[in-house]
Amino acid sequence: MRAVVAPPATSLTKDAGYKMRARDLTVRYGENTAIKDVTIDVHDKVVLALIGPSGCGKSTFLRSLNRMNDMVPGISVSGHVELDGEAVYGPGVDPVLVRRRVGMVFQRSNPFPKSIFENVAYGLRVAGLSGQSVVAERVERALRHAALWDEVKDRLQESGLGLSGGQQQRLCIARALAVEPEVLLMDEPASALDPIATAKIEDLISELRSELTIVIVTHNMQQAARVSQRTGFFYMGRLVEVGETSTIFTRPKQRETEDYITGRFG
Amino acid sequence: MAAPMTAHTRNAEALGERGSRSLRRRGGLGERTVEIAIQLVALVSIAAILLILVFVGKEALPLLTSAEVHKEVTPLGMLAPIQRSGESLYMWQPVSDVAKYNVIPLIVGSVKVTLVALVFAVPLSVAAALFVSEYASERVRELAKPAIELLAGVPSVVVGFFALVALASWIQAVFGTEHRLNALVAGLGLGFAICPIVFTVAEDALRAVPRSYREAALAMGSTRAQSVLRVVLPAAAPGIAAAVVLGFGRAIGETMIVVMASGNAALLDASLGRSTRTITATIAQELGEVVVGSPHYDVLFALGAMLFTATFVVNFFGERVVDGMRRRLGAGS
Repeated sequence: MRAVVAPPATSLTKDAGYKMRARDLTVRYGENTAIKDVTIDVHDKVVLALIGPSGCGKSTFLRSLNRMNDMVPGISVSGHVELDGEAVYGPGVDPVLVRRRVGMVFQRSNPFPKSIFENVAYGLRVAGLSGQSVVAERVERALRHAALWDEVKDRLQESGLGLSGGQQQRLCIARALAVEPEVLLMDEPASALDPIATAKIEDLISELRSELTIVIVTHNMQQAARVSQRTGFFYMGRLVEVGETSTIFTRPKQRETEDYITGRFG
Repeated sequence: MAAPMTAHTRNAEALGERGSRSLRRRGGLGERTVEIAIQLVALVSIAAILLILVFVGKEALPLLTSAEVHKEVTPLGMLAPIQRSGESLYMWQPVSDVAKYNVIPLIVGSVKVTLVALVFAVPLSVAAALFVSEYASERVRELAKPAIELLAGVPSVVVGFFALVALASWIQAVFGTEHRLNALVAGLGLGFAICPIVFTVAEDALRAVPRSYREAALAMGSTRAQSVLRVVLPAAAPGIAAAVVLGFGRAIGETMIVVMASGNAALLDASLGRSTRTITATIAQELGEVVVGSPHYDVLFALGAMLFTATFVVNFFGERVVDGMRRRLGAGS
């Protein structure tokens, strides 16, 4: 197992393990600054929700945690991001290896045009895992983890694109979980789903919390309140405030946060 | 500021207060005329193809029906070998004293040359398409794609000339082929000719793979090569298969390059280093000098009909294969 002791999700004490930390992170697309001087800690085995109006930089921040922004043309990243104390943007760091430890689920479900089984097995295969029985076992575990196994166990060889929207998104979660990442980044994972499918995803997030660290971007404040223990509020490319979710939603320190969560703008 | 014009008032004005309430079709005549004109044009082009098929078939028909023709050649005689001193010979010698019309060497010639062309052109074109769509910078792509597409406009006689003069000498120097003009030279020449079309269709197929697949692959910890080979290429496979089918059709129907570069001797063998003769080259060279209505004339039309049918069948099944692949990749509906 990875961490020795998982801190209780609601009490965030001093040296509780930080899984990832960002210091003065600034990301520019050409002339435009998407996020500026973001400093935030991501606690181990805690769900961190990032909220804020559209275009506030929360997705950019999320994607810079596993270097998914690298291939955006004209991007420049400055500042510091670390994973378990190791610099993510350090010299000689292979983004491929970062992404194997920091997985990602996207806003729109994007299963590959492959069978359900091969979708989940994909990450294992590219990581060089072979041996049919090992792969099959890991695929089953990942699908059970993503609460999808019972629905698909009889049609593992059918195309992943034949599933419903909510199932597809859970398939993508299973695919990300199969490689046993330490951190899972979720970019508005339920924004394209109906309320029932959304509820399933939220339940899943709550269950996964005991095993890995989750950073979730959402535009839905109720969702943030339901699934997260910590919440960060982004506005105009800055991190305005971050703290325990209950505090952010009841006694925010900043005026902007209060205005946003009470629905005065955004 | 003047009172803003709302969407509603604008629509009402455009429609005319009264007309906007009526459900009856308005201004129908112009619309109908255009529709009919378009349908007519479409029908004419389909009819033209059908009429060509009918014409070719009609000219070949005496081969099946005329006893006069059967004295010289029968449909079976076009396929079965001649027995001579214990040997089975497949010979195409339509203008010898005893005319021989065995089409097997021509079919084998066409297939051989076309296969060489595909084996050469498909990997090259798909690799080029992969490079341009996945690795090249936007600037390189903007130059490379139209440049390669422009190659499709090179007249085949020019490609044939190059194959005949330059390529044939190189091939003979390198491989020591028995004949200077042979199936390999003709096939490579054909390959050049079909590269642009295979490339451009394959590249379009690769570009059509959604960005979300690439992102998902990279987010799963794939290297770029892994995401290209394991996700992008399989997702584009139906389009690439369509490109190959198109290339096949173009290659088997191409005439000028094979006339110039194949040597045109109707030898029946599997060798790539010996001269060969294709169906297209035979029709092109013999139809101009044949006596109209003679058995030879009928046989040439039968060859044309065969080519037509073969292309049609390959396209038809190619289409089905591509559809099947699309369905397997998609929702299975």
